Amino acid sequence: MSVSHEVSPLIRPRSKILTRFGRELNWGDFVFRRTTALLAALVIAVLAAMAAAMLHGSAESMAKFGLGFVSSQVWDPVRDVYGALPFIYGTIASSLLALCFAVPISLGVAIFLSELAPAWLRDPVAFLVELLAAVPSVVYGLWGIFALAPWLRTTVEPLLASTLGFLPFFQGQQRGFGMLAGGIILAIMITPTISSVSREVLRAVPGELREGALGLGATPWEAVRVAVLPYARSGLVGAAILGLGRALGETMAITMVIGNRSEISASLFAPSYTMASVIANEFSEATGSLYLSALAEVALLLFVVTVLLNILARLLVWRVGRLPLGGNL
Amino acid sequence: MISSRYTRRQVSDLVVRSACVLATVLALIPLVSVLYYVTSRGLSGISLSFFSELPKPVGESGGGMANALVGTLKLVFLACLLGIPPGVAAGVYLAEFGHSRFGKWVRFSADVMSGVPSITVGIFVYSLVVLQTKHFSAFAGGIALAVLMLPTVTRTTEELLQLVPESLREAALGLGVPQWRATLRVMLRTAAPGIATGVMLAVARVAGETAPLLFTAFSNPFWSNGLNEPTASLPVNIYNYAVSPYEEWHQKAWAAALVLLLLVLLLNVSARLLVPRSVGAR
Repeated sequence: MSVSHEVSPLIRPRSKILTRFGRELNWGDFVFRRTTALLAALVIAVLAAMAAAMLHGSAESMAKFGLGFVSSQVWDPVRDVYGALPFIYGTIASSLLALCFAVPISLGVAIFLSELAPAWLRDPVAFLVELLAAVPSVVYGLWGIFALAPWLRTTVEPLLASTLGFLPFFQGQQRGFGMLAGGIILAIMITPTISSVSREVLRAVPGELREGALGLGATPWEAVRVAVLPYARSGLVGAAILGLGRALGETMAITMVIGNRSEISASLFAPSYTMASVIANEFSEATGSLYLSALAEVALLLFVVTVLLNILARLLVWRVGRLPLGGNL
Repeated sequence: MISSRYTRRQVSDLVVRSACVLATVLALIPLVSVLYYVTSRGLSGISLSFFSELPKPVGESGGGMANALVGTLKLVFLACLLGIPPGVAAGVYLAEFGHSRFGKWVRFSADVMSGVPSITVGIFVYSLVVLQTKHFSAFAGGIALAVLMLPTVTRTTEELLQLVPESLREAALGLGVPQWRATLRVMLRTAAPGIATGVMLAVARVAGETAPLLFTAFSNPFWSNGLNEPTASLPVNIYNYAVSPYEEWHQKAWAAALVLLLLVLLLNVSARLLVPRSVGAR
């Protein structure tokens, strides 16, 4: 949103000046401002408390394992030894896989909706794409268990194995549940995010650029390619990173289809485990303070990474629309 | 020479346009498939007893999810109660006085918070409430959902208030109304339908949330009294039933998914129907 923050000069300065010249303070205004400020501070307080709670919770595990926590593959509650590498790998691999599916599709959707589709089609299709985001995660998980995974097992994975089976990605037992299912379900869930942000970004591109390209005789696609996309590039990267942030933190759907086995395998057919999944599966039955602390540290890692990605994405998206017309091309 | 080049450009234009259409169709296939599966498998599980009875143990037929349905409504109601007022107030602050450095930090925190994974919110509320009270409760679940709603409500309120024409405020102030009344009675009221839309979308989102409830509201096969007991909810029940090995529980999970999906879609569609009537519509 680029709403101007300017306030009519008639209003704000007046009260300031009059207060300075000894006008009686309006108590309603005073209370109103203080109350809303207090509740606004609540937003900061909750975020800070969230970070503090996870730091506090994971202190024991951090003291015990140090940096080894992120490089060790052993996760053994019985011996009370915890290393999060398989989960970190599973989270990153499934999210990147999801991006591979979701970015081209979302970009296609965004270009279709903002550049190519006839005007009457835009709003209904955009609404449908946003409905994709409205379906609860657990419903996607249910669908993943009983519709997606069986389809992958009986149709997609045999096909991939027979055509591309020489690659290490497409070898091993075909179960349906595994990295491929996880990546696909994440891709479905982040497509609405990436495409709606991309659409906003494309909309922020000045119309003159398009008109200029079209006026020089470019076809609609050439206009998009030479004039719109270069201008929007950083915003589109931001949209993808925003999608990545969502994919990393997504819990239920992926827990239900990724197989939940803490091993690192190159094969997309093999089961894996993500950071969010291990928390969801083990937190409520974790006994022992070190076990809980290790899970809290996983949560802390997830929290820090998603927060950083979000900040980066917002900076990138925010830049578009502030670029000078001739700049950055 | 020129004409062949022209043809090539036309062809590549056509190819890319078709690819974009294809991508859009591809993106919508899962939506259609999910709706089809949930309706076709869930419909047979919907009966009067689904809405009026408690779940039966495995092996016994019949039974319903009345407690989970009520539980979900309870949790969502609590979340609205705890999440909407501070969210709207924070949004009003940002729109009215948010040009300060403090305002920037609030805005930034809200943006960051909206990207925080819901499962970490669950952990946060677990250590904040469940560890202190020593038991799972609807109250804890409601707080978790409220935390998830807070940033969305805040930013929606701010954005919609800023769309209200400044002349309305000037008119009110010109009539001698104090600033707080001008904000509440003129600005906020004008923006209200738009804010309601945003709030309903936020409610629809948290109504389907599972992860933050796993270790806050937990689950309960029986009715829970009041807000201080573990409480069943539709999303958590769907999860527990879906990953169970029992065929009849899978059936129940589909039925519950249908009810949940209808609830969420209803909220979404009605939220969007509100938009055109609002002055602040985008």
